[in-house]
Amino acid sequence: MISYPRWKIALVAIVLLAGIFLALPNLFGEENALQLAADRAAVTESDRKAVEQILKDKGVTPSGVFLEQGRLTLRFSSKQDQLKARDVIAEARPGQFTIALSQASRVPAWMRNLGLNPVKLGLDLRGGVYLVYQVDVQGAVKQLLDRREQDFRSSLRNARVAYQDVVVDYDSKRVRVLFRDADSFAKGKAAILADNRNLNLTETTVAGAPALELQLTPQEIKERQDYAVSQNIVILRNRLNSPELAVSEPQVAREGVDRIAIQLPGLQNSAEVKKILGKTATLEFRMVDETNNPLEAAATGRVPLGSKLFYSREKQPVLLKREVVVTGDQLTDATFQPNTQDGAAVSVGLDSRGAAKMLKNTQENLGHLMAVVFIDRSREKNAQGVEVDRTTEEVINRATIRGVFSNNFQITGVNPIEGRELALLLRAGGLAAPLTPVEERAIGPSLGQDNIDKGIKAMVFGMLAAFIFMAIYYKVFGLIADIALAANVVLLTALLSVFGAALTLPGIAAVVLTVGMAVDANILIYERIREELRNGVTPRAAIAAGFERALSAITDSNITALIAGVVLWSFGAGAIRGFAVVLVLGIFTSVFTSVMGSHALVQIIYGGRRKLDRLSI
Amino acid sequence: MEFFHKATHFPFMRTRKVWYGLSAVLIVVSLALVFFRGLNLGVDFTGGVVVETNFPQAPNIETLRTALASAGVAGAQVQAFGSSRDILVRLPPDPNAKGDQIGARVLEIFSKVDPGVKLQRTEVVGPQVGQELFVKGGWALFATLVLILIYVLFRFTPKLALGAIFAVLHDPICVVGFFAATQMTFDLTAISAVLAVIGYSLNDTVIVFDRIRERARSARKLSIAQVIDESINQTLSRTLMTKLVTLLVVVALLIFGGETLRGFSAALVIGILAGTYSSIYISAALSLDLGLRVDDLLERKATKPEEVDGLP
Repeated sequence: MISYPRWKIALVAIVLLAGIFLALPNLFGEENALQLAADRAAVTESDRKAVEQILKDKGVTPSGVFLEQGRLTLRFSSKQDQLKARDVIAEARPGQFTIALSQASRVPAWMRNLGLNPVKLGLDLRGGVYLVYQVDVQGAVKQLLDRREQDFRSSLRNARVAYQDVVVDYDSKRVRVLFRDADSFAKGKAAILADNRNLNLTETTVAGAPALELQLTPQEIKERQDYAVSQNIVILRNRLNSPELAVSEPQVAREGVDRIAIQLPGLQNSAEVKKILGKTATLEFRMVDETNNPLEAAATGRVPLGSKLFYSREKQPVLLKREVVVTGDQLTDATFQPNTQDGAAVSVGLDSRGAAKMLKNTQENLGHLMAVVFIDRSREKNAQGVEVDRTTEEVINRATIRGVFSNNFQITGVNPIEGRELALLLRAGGLAAPLTPVEERAIGPSLGQDNIDKGIKAMVFGMLAAFIFMAIYYKVFGLIADIALAANVVLLTALLSVFGAALTLPGIAAVVLTVGMAVDANILIYERIREELRNGVTPRAAIAAGFERALSAITDSNITALIAGVVLWSFGAGAIRGFAVVLVLGIFTSVFTSVMGSHALVQIIYGGRRKLDRLSI
Repeated sequence: MEFFHKATHFPFMRTRKVWYGLSAVLIVVSLALVFFRGLNLGVDFTGGVVVETNFPQAPNIETLRTALASAGVAGAQVQAFGSSRDILVRLPPDPNAKGDQIGARVLEIFSKVDPGVKLQRTEVVGPQVGQELFVKGGWALFATLVLILIYVLFRFTPKLALGAIFAVLHDPICVVGFFAATQMTFDLTAISAVLAVIGYSLNDTVIVFDRIRERARSARKLSIAQVIDESINQTLSRTLMTKLVTLLVVVALLIFGGETLRGFSAALVIGILAGTYSSIYISAALSLDLGLRVDDLLERKATKPEEVDGLP
């Protein structure tokens, strides 16, 4: 009797059907597409309708339109349509969208709506740029120490307390304020504590004189470093979504303690990207010149004395006072608060220096307009090949001063989307931990396609060889193994599609290796069946024994492979992780298909026969 | 069809000294090659720049070398990569140079030789990153070995486990030795191949050991050497068949996978060959010399009788 429980056969059938369904999106292929992203915001449903209308008016019909993760993707059946559509949209809505040329899957809308997507391709298969930036976290800590030093000096100066010196020791991460005598020490301490309530200061003596010490704890240092890294990630994400760079689906992720990895699929020229990503940004708060007409100044080019001409994000001229109230490095925090008494607001924190200036300014200018200017600095080569700094200044917000404030205030009168962006920009401007590229891999699109072709070819020939060998060597059982192998590849494809793990060239190699290992398990079972048959056991008993006794060897060998795969997964970066992911998933699918799957098939083929004298093995 | 229809009776245990000698030579030579000749570490580990270009016609590599040298690009290695039309340039890490500029620079110099040249790939790895990846790779190898050793110790009796451990060390050493001998580039993909070999090399050893355990329980009258010989002979067809088919697919990878996967697939081929050899000739024999007795294999029966009784 071959007694393989019905429920196991049913389970195999269900898993296989689910696998086929989930792997289905991979059959549709890709088409030329445009990807639209809005500058620092999500593309909305109404944008989508507007774009569709623009295209309809110009007689360009996209073969598919969908909105996903704030980006609008338009698919076109021809390259001409794709390029024409890009020009049409850019012309009709200048500057509103970042338009990137890309490829999109032809998966029908209903499948996409179910969350079914084809396997993502890694950069080595797709072409693109992979960048790793090192964040200068040490610099970020130094910056913090410098700011504390400045704060202490200004507190002491404002309180008119005599002191010897404020000394920063970067190595031991501390700031010391040296006083001459106990009297000035007491006054100084009070002044500093009044401005910096939540600082943990200790009293000490340096060379016989009293001193006040601020020692950063490991916790504070780590926080500062984490802050620097996550801050930079925010800035980089923002910049990658800016219209200057037409990148489809950029990915920015933290890597390790102090690195940021960026994936830019389809991008060719990394120089342009690095130039923009490497920029440092700052902020300035300035009062608005309300007495002169900015339009007139812009038109005539004559800017009133004491004022400076700026432009807003919407390219409107704005006149601001020359004097800067507060600069971005005095900003300690900016958070968006959707529900305050005055509606949505951005809450801003300043350090003591900034707070003092802001206090004076708001006392003098109550009821007047204050503006926030966002300054991006970048270094680039000019026509003569000399490196020059280029500065872009933009007014990102104007608001009326409603009260007197110092270290904490709110910018109100912003709409929710604007407010979130403003908080982001303010924070982004507040930090300038330098980034240095430490790793860069750029793969051209033709090489990517070449890699795909080679990988697929290797896979097809390798599998074909295994299929033919199995069919010849084990006859019907060999064919069963072949079906199990095919099922294995389908299941693996399904898992990769569902998990969204990127397939790389080493990943394809892992698929091939998995096929080899799945064959292994089948051979173990079949050789055992043959051996039992040689020993004179009946066919049914031989099948049962073969599946049962081979199991421990199959388990053992797969567990060791699993260990290697998991270690590789945790160690791996980039393409190597792609190998590990496929290897680990493949171990599960191959054990499932070659043990349960082929047993179910054997049961279906031989289980129903009343008399079983021979096995085709 | 069947290659092993008749049961084989190779006297593996009697000839084991010969195979020990061969293994010893393999290991010593491999280690000597690694230590004295060294591995040709890829840009992943050394840091530096790799620029891959594609020419419409096969260029003269010497001309390219001179072109680079006369343009002031120092220390460049120029070699064909796969086909003679694909040219790979490798440059040492240079703290002052920026990666994207080097790629453009090389392309500019090459386009004077042949204007049809295309830039295929640029990789720039900082020396710091390279060193870190190397250390991490080393740790990954170490961690895998330790975890698998723990698993083996847990799974088999101590003497069998030691034999298995030897097999686990034997195979990756041969693979690394192969890389040192051929001076093939040893990079991240090569490391992942070595890890895959470690994970995979135990396969046949496990099968042989499983059979030894099983035979020891059923054929009590045989000596341990006979049990081992019989077990290896009985599992020989499985061992060779599984490896043959895996080799088929890996060789397909070696032939069709292109230059990028060349080192990877070569490592797997060597690893599979070494693994098959060590599991047939070495690991069980070592256990025998470590004093493995039939009694060692019966201990489990006393503690877990249901395991044997449960078999059909």
